[in-house]
Amino acid sequence: MSIALSAPDISRALKRISHEILEANTSSDQIVLLGIPTRGAHLALRIAANMSSLAGHTIPVGMLDITMHRDDLRMRPPRPIMPTSIPDSGIQGRDLVLIDDVLFSGRTIRAGLDALGEIGRPHTVQLAVLIDRGHRELPIRADFVGKNLPTSIAQSVKVHLNEVDGIDEVLIEES
Amino acid sequence: MSPHRYLIKGATMPDGRICDLLIVAGLIQTISAKIEDTDAIVIKANGSVILPGLVDLHTHLRQPGREDAETVLSGSRAGAKGGFTALSAMANTSPVADNAGVVEQVFRLGQQAGLVDVFPIGAVTQGLEGVVLAEIGAMADSLARVRVFSDDGNCVFDPLVMRRGLEYIKKFDGVIAQHAQEPRLTVGSQMNEGEVSAILGLKGWPAIAEEAIIARDVLLVDHVKSRLHICHVTTAGGVEIIRWAKARGINVTAEVTPHHLLLTDDFARSYDPVFKVNPPLRTEKDVMALREGLCDGTIDIVATDHAPHSSESKECEWHEASFGMLALETALSIVQKTMIDSHLMNWTQVANCLSTAPARIAGYGDHGQPLQVGSIANITIVDPHASWSVDRDLSASKSRNTPFHGFELPGVVTYTFFKGVPTLFAGALVENDVS
Amino acid sequence: MRHLLSISDLTKVQALSILDTATELARVSDGAVKKLPTLRGRTIVNLFVEDSTRTRISFEAAAKRLSADVINFSAKGSSLSKGESLKDTALTLQAMGADAVVIRHGASGAPQRLADSDWMRGSVINAGDGTHEHPSQALLDAFTIRKHCVKGGNDLVGVRVAIVGDILHSRVARSNVLLLNLLGASVTLVAPPTLLPVGVESWPVKISYDLDKVIGSVDVVMMLRVQQERMNDLFFPNAREYSRYFGLNADRLRLMSHNSIVMHPGPMNRGLEIAAEVADSARSVIVEQVANGVSVRMAILYVLLAGGPLEAGVK
Repeated sequence: MSIALSAPDISRALKRISHEILEANTSSDQIVLLGIPTRGAHLALRIAANMSSLAGHTIPVGMLDITMHRDDLRMRPPRPIMPTSIPDSGIQGRDLVLIDDVLFSGRTIRAGLDALGEIGRPHTVQLAVLIDRGHRELPIRADFVGKNLPTSIAQSVKVHLNEVDGIDEVLIEES
Repeated sequence: MSPHRYLIKGATMPDGRICDLLIVAGLIQTISAKIEDTDAIVIKANGSVILPGLVDLHTHLRQPGREDAETVLSGSRAGAKGGFTALSAMANTSPVADNAGVVEQVFRLGQQAGLVDVFPIGAVTQGLEGVVLAEIGAMADSLARVRVFSDDGNCVFDPLVMRRGLEYIKKFDGVIAQHAQEPRLTVGSQMNEGEVSAILGLKGWPAIAEEAIIARDVLLVDHVKSRLHICHVTTAGGVEIIRWAKARGINVTAEVTPHHLLLTDDFARSYDPVFKVNPPLRTEKDVMALREGLCDGTIDIVATDHAPHSSESKECEWHEASFGMLALETALSIVQKTMIDSHLMNWTQVANCLSTAPARIAGYGDHGQPLQVGSIANITIVDPHASWSVDRDLSASKSRNTPFHGFELPGVVTYTFFKGVPTLFAGALVENDVS
Repeated sequence: MRHLLSISDLTKVQALSILDTATELARVSDGAVKKLPTLRGRTIVNLFVEDSTRTRISFEAAAKRLSADVINFSAKGSSLSKGESLKDTALTLQAMGADAVVIRHGASGAPQRLADSDWMRGSVINAGDGTHEHPSQALLDAFTIRKHCVKGGNDLVGVRVAIVGDILHSRVARSNVLLLNLLGASVTLVAPPTLLPVGVESWPVKISYDLDKVIGSVDVVMMLRVQQERMNDLFFPNAREYSRYFGLNADRLRLMSHNSIVMHPGPMNRGLEIAAEVADSARSVIVEQVANGVSVRMAILYVLLAGGPLEAGVK
């Protein structure tokens, strides 16, 4: 087990992502952030706070549960559904940024794109992740990446966040 | 070695003595501490308990009418396997045993099977309908010499019909075996009415429906000075009433089934109709009262109420299923488990309630004789230290509806002698040539 | 969890998880898109041996919103009305590859017979069996009560519920007593003594024969349907007398406490156990119960069918 990112690393990475999102989207008042529970939602809140102070106005943020759209439901025991909350602004015609902790096979994001279909039709959908560990199984890539972390398929990447785990760190575990 | 000489070595008599017994030509010829006989087939009892052959006063053999569920032959096999030498075939066949023709047919089928004596029970009323008396006299005078009459399955509900029946059988010292069930209180009833039925949403069968009829009938039989037998008592209140009646000198006897000595209505929680029986399984309190009643003689006998049913009658919803359980092959084991192993009774008392007393109540003179020189050799040997796992698929009955499937029970019946000839030998059925 | 046969199969955590899941799924019913892909490729059979249009269409809507394939198998005009046994029906459903059977049956315990037998392998969901239980109804009732009567907290601690009417024959009452008790509510059963089962003393409830004494001190009044066939079976003298003592009319409505609600599992006998002006009043949440039924049944299907076997649970 080794520490891939420490708390200051995570904080720096999120700040950089916040800047990049604002730079990539010319009209910041059109941006909506949606985090994927559990940890993606907390990352979204942190990024939104960063962006709001940079932009000088509140960036709308919510969370989007993708459980019902997963394609691997039957491969695991039933899992609880997490809450979904969409900002009052809605997502129709907006520049929407999905936020998750780790980008791996890409299946979670595919489910996220499907889940969005229920809610509305954004102008663009972008993706921000804290870690991209490779091993994609679908044609999906992230627009904003905190850190690229080359891993072997046998390893697992654990993201711990203060809000959930009491500590900020990213670990690589050999299985 | 002669097929008519059997030497049983080292059997434990009901009173605890260990003896050898020599059976010759159908009779017990010698009982002694040590017998040598080079001509006889030797059976090493090794301390197993020897009992007078078991007598069942309440058996459903289903023939004529439902030969898919049981026949006189298959029921006789199950009986022999369970240690029985006499069965009493209940009258609720199709056609009903309410005339000399049917009872003689059943009697003859029993003789042909030749594994046990099958004594037909006659119906009290025509078609078991409770309205008109059946040809009781003709059945009594028939080849089958019927002495026990019962509408079992139905209650002789009309008090006037019951009175007339009780009076009529005095002519030949008969007895009416009453199925005590007040019909209006049990319309559509499915199981004992109480906490469990309330939860399961199955229509309740109140204890009072049984007790009300017992109370009425002990008063009736006292009034007309006849003889009454109460079938399958299941409630603590029923035991109380019979105890009261006996204390008053009323001529009443009573039976309990093995399953009511062991099982409670909790088993209905599975909704498995193998536990659906008439009368229903009751509560723990009732079970304890029944054991106590059997112990103190309030309840005279254990009778099986062996009730075979085809699989489609049980592989269905509880409501749809038929009432009844297999019982012959497990009866002695259940009695050992509930009465001997719990130290409530000794083997002398078991011999009485499963052989001597039922033979006396029904007037089966060849059965229930004491284990002494000169008695007809109707004998059961049970190994009380062995145990067995009940497997419904190994039953000798044609049906499979035992509630004890998978139960580990004490007491293995190893030998049954019917009139000096083994019908069960070392645990295996012997098909006799009745020549 | 493989089957839902009785509320007694559920722990408090499981029951709350179904309610929480239903809360999330209610969004789907409200949104523009009324369909999720979750149970795509799964086959759910609605086996309604006893007719119940309301419950059947509720389960059907729930299954379809989760993209399951639904086969309706009703008594009328089918082999069931021609005396086919439950066993043969189950073998048929197994052969058709049913992943779940939603069963409504007139015989208490029929769903458990299906689940315990080796006749079929799928999940069994009890949609009402005889006079035994109706767990999905109890869950939707608890869901509705939680929405209206609970501020903060996710269980029903402190909520006072009166269930009024034919308790003896009511599967809705049995499931509700178990679930409301599990979730911490206090329950009073109000009925004539003839319509309470022998053995009710052992239930975790209070008993009253007097609706007027109870009605002012509860948060929920749940009325039960009086079945037509009870009318001539000595349970009460006649409909008029029943209605006078145990019916919820406008006078009694005025005795109800502030913010309390009126529930009924339907179908109602207007004018018998519930007056029309009560059924249509602001306190009535009866129509909402129906809407909540779909979300709660979606949650039940999700919990029972969406996951794979537990042993497959390796990441």
